[in-house]
Amino acid sequence: MARNILVVAEVRNGQLRPVSFECIAAGRAIAEGGSVTAVLLSQADVDGSELIARGADRVVLVKGEHLKEYTPDGWLSALQQVYLAEKADVVLMGHTGIGRDLLPRFAMRNAAGMISDAIAVKLEGGQVVFTRPIYAGKAYVTQIVTEGLIVATIRPNNVAALEADAGRSGDVVQSEAAPVDLRTVVKEVVRQAATGVDLTAAKIVVAGGRGVKSAEGFKPLYELAEVLGAAVGASRAAADAGFCDYALQIGQTGKTVTPDLYIACGISGAIQHLAGMSASKVIVAINKDPEAPIFKVADYGIVGDLFEVVPLLTREFKALLG
Amino acid sequence: MEILVLLKQTFDTEAKVTVKDGRVVDDDVTLVINPYDEYAVEEALKIREAHGGTVTVISVGGDRVDEALRRALAMGADEAVAITPPENADEFVVANLLAAWAKGKSFDLLLAGNVSVDTGAGQTALRVAELLGMPHVAAALKLEVAGGTATVHRDAEGDTEVVTVSLPALITAQQGLNEPRYPSVPGIMKAKRKQIARLTAADLGVDVAPKTAITSVYQATQNRRNRMLGGTAEEQARELVNLLRSEAKVV
Ligand SMILES: Cc1cc2nc3c(=O)[nH]c(=O)nc-3n(C[C@H](O)[C@H](O)[C@H](O)COP(=O)(O)OP(=O)(O)OC[C@H]3O[C@@H](n4cnc5c(N)ncnc54)[C@H](O)[C@@H]3O)c2cc1C
Repeated sequence: MARNILVVAEVRNGQLRPVSFECIAAGRAIAEGGSVTAVLLSQADVDGSELIARGADRVVLVKGEHLKEYTPDGWLSALQQVYLAEKADVVLMGHTGIGRDLLPRFAMRNAAGMISDAIAVKLEGGQVVFTRPIYAGKAYVTQIVTEGLIVATIRPNNVAALEADAGRSGDVVQSEAAPVDLRTVVKEVVRQAATGVDLTAAKIVVAGGRGVKSAEGFKPLYELAEVLGAAVGASRAAADAGFCDYALQIGQTGKTVTPDLYIACGISGAIQHLAGMSASKVIVAINKDPEAPIFKVADYGIVGDLFEVVPLLTREFKALLG
Repeated sequence: MEILVLLKQTFDTEAKVTVKDGRVVDDDVTLVINPYDEYAVEEALKIREAHGGTVTVISVGGDRVDEALRRALAMGADEAVAITPPENADEFVVANLLAAWAKGKSFDLLLAGNVSVDTGAGQTALRVAELLGMPHVAAALKLEVAGGTATVHRDAEGDTEVVTVSLPALITAQQGLNEPRYPSVPGIMKAKRKQIARLTAADLGVDVAPKTAITSVYQATQNRRNRMLGGTAEEQARELVNLLRSEAKVV
């Protein structure tokens, strides 16, 4: 069954987000001869060619004064307009701040089933089957939408994007969003993300726990993260103690991360913390206590003082990576 | 202020999750109010303390959900409602049940958790807002209500957005919004005497089938190298960098 896929692509800090390419790849894998259309809601500075190179057949650039900033009313109305015009069978978006906010409402507006935070998508007997974690990764389910429109968000960093192919061609069309009353108004945005690397999409995460001891103690972690192009994360104990912002918290009640490499510094490995990071591909633990439970889930363990080990790692990585 | 809190009962975060016969086993598991929903209850109580009004808590759940609702009552909620879910209810069904109950009642504010720590889907509350035709603001870190408007500081992937929204609206709680109170002894005594209203889908006239189905459930498997490095800190650092490059191939 040929499916027409609509991927809601996103721009952050002036660049298309890698997860948008990952959604296009997921869409290609389930299209079965249908088309993949990427839609950008008011990202005026992007021409769409990169989305074509990454596997989209068409790009719809939607313009509208009221779309500049994300608001549920503005974006939902614009997405609905495109969806009705494109007659999509599947709508995909990254499980990002905006994806999490927009797609549940979109699904409900269309009385559709939705799979949130999928980590894999495949065809099985002609059906689209999603894999997603439950209990923050303590178990997994496979799940399908049983009828009608399929809506899903896909966790960054889990589905492989297609290599960019500059030789691919496709239409880029412009569209104008109908005006809409905005019931929520964004007054101000306070930028806080400290390294500029998005934690939930990062390939490498350097995380600190109560063992980091203070806000100042996070400095060596930021230095290591800088060298690795990594994001910095934290345990809840570190956030509770005020060493860092809650936005950095990883775990069952914090962010879930799936990087290629997770470096846990001064983190004991409580079950709620493990829930948010245990699906990382490779885990390194640095802890003073050789009995710390984090070593049980680690690939590589160093028993030692993080304030000694982390700067040494920074030095070694610098030498290796130039 | 008439406030409705959407609340879900979840596994205690300490709980081990075991899959048996294609299901997550929940017989001996301690159940709690979903931690994010507990922030929503606390926020509702704080707003009532400042502005007056009532706090109603509602949950879709089986018999055991009364424990969670009773805890919310003991914290200080005024009324509690439980809705028995039909078999295989998904977010679509649950949202329809909640919205059917709330429709036509004049709540100024709906509060819910940002996500539940069991399914982690984060859909239900936003679906309810859509069904009720209400605006929403998700992931609130700070909330102020005054004169029919809420001002919300919300978590937007680590950045903080300051958003205003006209009431009635639905707002979901992010960690950091507040510190939930413990039920007081008088609160617990009072809660014991309160009735929890129990309704079914039929009572609400809701007849919808789920839109999604779970086709398998499986346990996470852990395949780790568990390799402890040795030597001086310097030797360990060097070895780790080498291993990450040549063996694990992640840098
Ligand atoms: C409802 C609920 C939800 C929760 N959600 C989360 C969550 O989402 N995420 C989360 O992380 N936690 C969560 N927790 C908290 C969790 O139970 C733990 O308390 C927390 O993860 C512990 O953080 P930690 O490992 O940083 O601190 P600790 O357990 O105090 O461990 C600190 C570690 O640092 C080591 N150390 C100290 N000094 C040094 C040094 N100089 N060098 C090297 N090592 C050192 C110590 O040996 C120790 O192992 C939750 C708890 C509850 C009840």
